[in-house]
Amino acid sequence: MTTIAPEDTGQEALFDATIAADERIEPRDWMPDDYRASLVRQIAQHAHSEIIGMQPEANWITRAPSLRRKAILMAKVQDEAGHGLYLYSAAETLGTGRDELLDKLHTGRQKYSSIFNYPTLTWADVGAIGWLVDGAAITNQVPLCRCSYGPYARAMVRICKEESFHQRQGYELLLTLSRGTETQHAMAQDAIDRWWWPSLMMFGPPDDESAHSAQSMAWKIKRHSNDELRQRFVDICVPQAETLGLTLPDPDLRWNEERGHWDFGPIDWTEFREVLKGNGPCNDERIGRRRRAHQEGAWVREAAAAHAAKHPAHPPHAGTDQEEAAR
Amino acid sequence: MTTPRPTHAPAAPAEPTRPHTTTEPTATTGPTDWPLWEVFVRSRRGLSHTHAGSLHAPDAQMALRNARDLYTRRSEGVSLWVVPSTQITASSPDEKDTFFEPAGDKPYRHPTFYEIPEGVHHL
Repeated sequence: MTTIAPEDTGQEALFDATIAADERIEPRDWMPDDYRASLVRQIAQHAHSEIIGMQPEANWITRAPSLRRKAILMAKVQDEAGHGLYLYSAAETLGTGRDELLDKLHTGRQKYSSIFNYPTLTWADVGAIGWLVDGAAITNQVPLCRCSYGPYARAMVRICKEESFHQRQGYELLLTLSRGTETQHAMAQDAIDRWWWPSLMMFGPPDDESAHSAQSMAWKIKRHSNDELRQRFVDICVPQAETLGLTLPDPDLRWNEERGHWDFGPIDWTEFREVLKGNGPCNDERIGRRRRAHQEGAWVREAAAAHAAKHPAHPPHAGTDQEEAAR
Repeated sequence: MTTPRPTHAPAAPAEPTRPHTTTEPTATTGPTDWPLWEVFVRSRRGLSHTHAGSLHAPDAQMALRNARDLYTRRSEGVSLWVVPSTQITASSPDEKDTFFEPAGDKPYRHPTFYEIPEGVHHL
């Protein structure tokens, strides 16, 4: 990547002015190396999370309790694959190839969200993931639709549109269980008890410990701080839990009239750091499964490439409108 | 409007010419990284195809099928184009001033340039 010294050309000034005017940076614009690196790190982590995130839920596809639930879950997992691909394609506009991104995931040099290192023990976990994990993701992602980098912002618009069904199906699933038998109700409560705190961790470390936050906000990659978004999520969830007839596992949860927000108890950041370091319940399983899937798919990629090489002139059945008319 | 990435852009080199900078090759990366395609979707009759994003595929047919699965899972399209990313030529952002400059000083191309007396209709 050849970057012309910005002071020679005023390119940095143009970049700063574009950000200040709340306009979007597009792939071929000059941008500071750190801006590019920051975006690649964030978009790649986001893409990897979508791809790894397919595993905990796919775990329940074969055991979904009805055809309706099975079809919904399959559609949701397919969406996660799609979201991963939108994001990889956004990352690639920054000059990082798909194979490099996958390689960094497979070798642990790029991260994915720590939440996916927890196991899905019961069917109710599918509901808890939809409601809480996707709910937290949406809270994080909606502001990213206004991210200063155009391709990322556009991918997020598409993703947010699709995510809302994910959250609603989870909520509906939990509501059904909550209103079911005593055992079903208990199963739903147990899932929420296990997923609540890890979901709060999804917003990342507290603001004063977040390594990248300040710069990302100055560049308008991020629009709100981790703690701000976490608070927003808690405020949204409390009344929703009430409607579910289920409780959130936090004895310190209480309305703070003065702040106009729900106060909540301390988060166990030691657990967060341990999971991030690779010591979560499923880290090895998730990455092992991903590597295996990639290796086992190698022959398909090779066969398709061989077929393409054999039939280089294989014409698509219709060209553009103009070509069609010229025939 | 979305921007397809051109082949000669320094920021986004196209697949075949991209320098392979992976530091340590591992068993997980195969030699068959498929070319990149840009996807354009006509969302309904009466509208133009619009750039939706990109994907990797070994050939045009697979690119179309992948584009269907990736960009029209909710009936977002009635027609798809896929174009190899290497086939797109784009204006350079560096020439933005001079390249588009000819249109800059011609406000008389817009109807709002002209003053028309009050009370004149259908003009």
